[in-house]
Amino acid sequence: MDLNMIYTQLIMEHNKSGHNKKSLENPDISEKGHNPSCGDDITLEIKLNGDLIENASFVGVGCAISQASTSMMIDLIKGKTIEEAMELVETFIGMIKKEITNEKDLEKLEDAMVLQNISNMPARVKCAVLAWHTLKEALSSL
Amino acid sequence: MDKLNPVELKKDFPILKESINGNKLVYLDNGATTQKPIQVIEAINNYNKLSHGNPHRGAHKLSVLATTEYNLAKESVKNFINANNIEEIIFTKNTTESLNLIALSYGMEFVDENDEIVLAISEHHSNILPWQRVAKEKGAILKYMYLDKNGRITLEEIKNKITNKTKIVSIAQMSNVLGTVHPIEEIIDYAHKMGSIVIVDGAQSTPHMKIDVQNLNVDFFVFSAHKMLGPMGMGVLYGKKELLENMPPFLMGGDMIEYVYEQNATFASLPFKFEAGTQNVEGAVGLRSAIDYLKNIGLDNIEYHEKLLTEYALDKLLTLDYINIQGPKDLEKRGGIISFTIDNIHPHDVASILDSYGVAIRAGHHCAQPLMRYLNVPATSRASFYFYNTKEDVDQLIAGIKNVRKWLGYGS
Repeated sequence: MDLNMIYTQLIMEHNKSGHNKKSLENPDISEKGHNPSCGDDITLEIKLNGDLIENASFVGVGCAISQASTSMMIDLIKGKTIEEAMELVETFIGMIKKEITNEKDLEKLEDAMVLQNISNMPARVKCAVLAWHTLKEALSSL
Repeated sequence: MDKLNPVELKKDFPILKESINGNKLVYLDNGATTQKPIQVIEAINNYNKLSHGNPHRGAHKLSVLATTEYNLAKESVKNFINANNIEEIIFTKNTTESLNLIALSYGMEFVDENDEIVLAISEHHSNILPWQRVAKEKGAILKYMYLDKNGRITLEEIKNKITNKTKIVSIAQMSNVLGTVHPIEEIIDYAHKMGSIVIVDGAQSTPHMKIDVQNLNVDFFVFSAHKMLGPMGMGVLYGKKELLENMPPFLMGGDMIEYVYEQNATFASLPFKFEAGTQNVEGAVGLRSAIDYLKNIGLDNIEYHEKLLTEYALDKLLTLDYINIQGPKDLEKRGGIISFTIDNIHPHDVASILDSYGVAIRAGHHCAQPLMRYLNVPATSRASFYFYNTKEDVDQLIAGIKNVRKWLGYGS
């Protein structure tokens, strides 16, 4: 496995930038996600306006892949409706499971598309999907 | 003097000749499981080819051969840890099952309300959860001995936590995270004075140092075959005969009985009382072969070689200012397990990138979440050595760590 496929510039940038890593004031949703075996531990915070995701952020610790994946997801869902966000989650999980491979279908994932190669690194799949599962959990409990 | 030649010994291990991701395998995850020499692989093979039958049951030749093999393994384990009597050796699935057996049989029978059970904060989950269960069920109190800055339990802490209310002390001889060798001699001595029994989890220590259960005067001692060259699914429970005799059976079923009637039964004598159902005979054969191999090279030699290797690794790691060693930084009372964190880099990234260079280490919480919380780290990277590791392996680890930093954009 070529590390270049996983530790891409984009993932490194998201991992380091931290622009989505902060607490929101009075979030409508605060959902904890946890990978018990790795020590990845994030809390996703979301501010809603009707069914629109007005703002989102996260706090917590984790590996570069889980942190970058979380940050990419937040960039993506800001300004989307709950329904649109749920659809993006399904697309992302479908991509990781290799069920959705059509480039055209994946384009809407924007930056998060680069995580496609993580399926070649089975030990790290759960790092990549942590935030997305957490979002799904949060939104489906509304 | 280092009497071991790890380069020669490595030749006995087929898997260590493999390459991983195009690189020579550097196996530094021996705390999780060790690799098997050809001698152990062949012993298990030969058993399956020539002697396989269900022990203790049939009068036919193969059943008798399997029984003989099983008993030889028991004898071998008894001698290996210097138990007094073969009846004190019980075979289980692993260390976890051995600890659960003691908790559910001894613990549930002899622990009462407000009794105290004392553990170390560094325990593996397998030595915490069974005791939480006993404490909850019986209304007992679970207490922890904490570590000092250097990852050690002080005599003062021992005397603080173990009191005349203590019924059980259960502690790993060597921490699977920090490599600390805990002062079990002092703990056993003091706990006995307070009227408590002591269980020692030898999963990490037995593969690397001489164990003498009589000399230690320990009440129960448990370990696993797969961390000492043997197969998985094979564990050992040593218990003092007088304790085992008074304990109720753990699992019920075949082979652990004397007479079975419609409504009740009487149980077999030791050790069969605790060995229900068909046992892992090929596991026992593999364990015996592993013990032969270890005895042949000598536990003292293994301990010494690993000490030199640990010293070499600690020296190298301590020169890197972005590395934080968790646990003892000196060689006093520690084994060849080194846990560390790298500034700004999560251990999982460390392990994944090292893997791409052929270096196998462990990353995560090492089944010791209370310790991680106590150390205030989410996870660590852990390199753990065995006698077949060399200084070159350590050099590969260090080179790999520099590459990890490079990949994550931190120079080298």
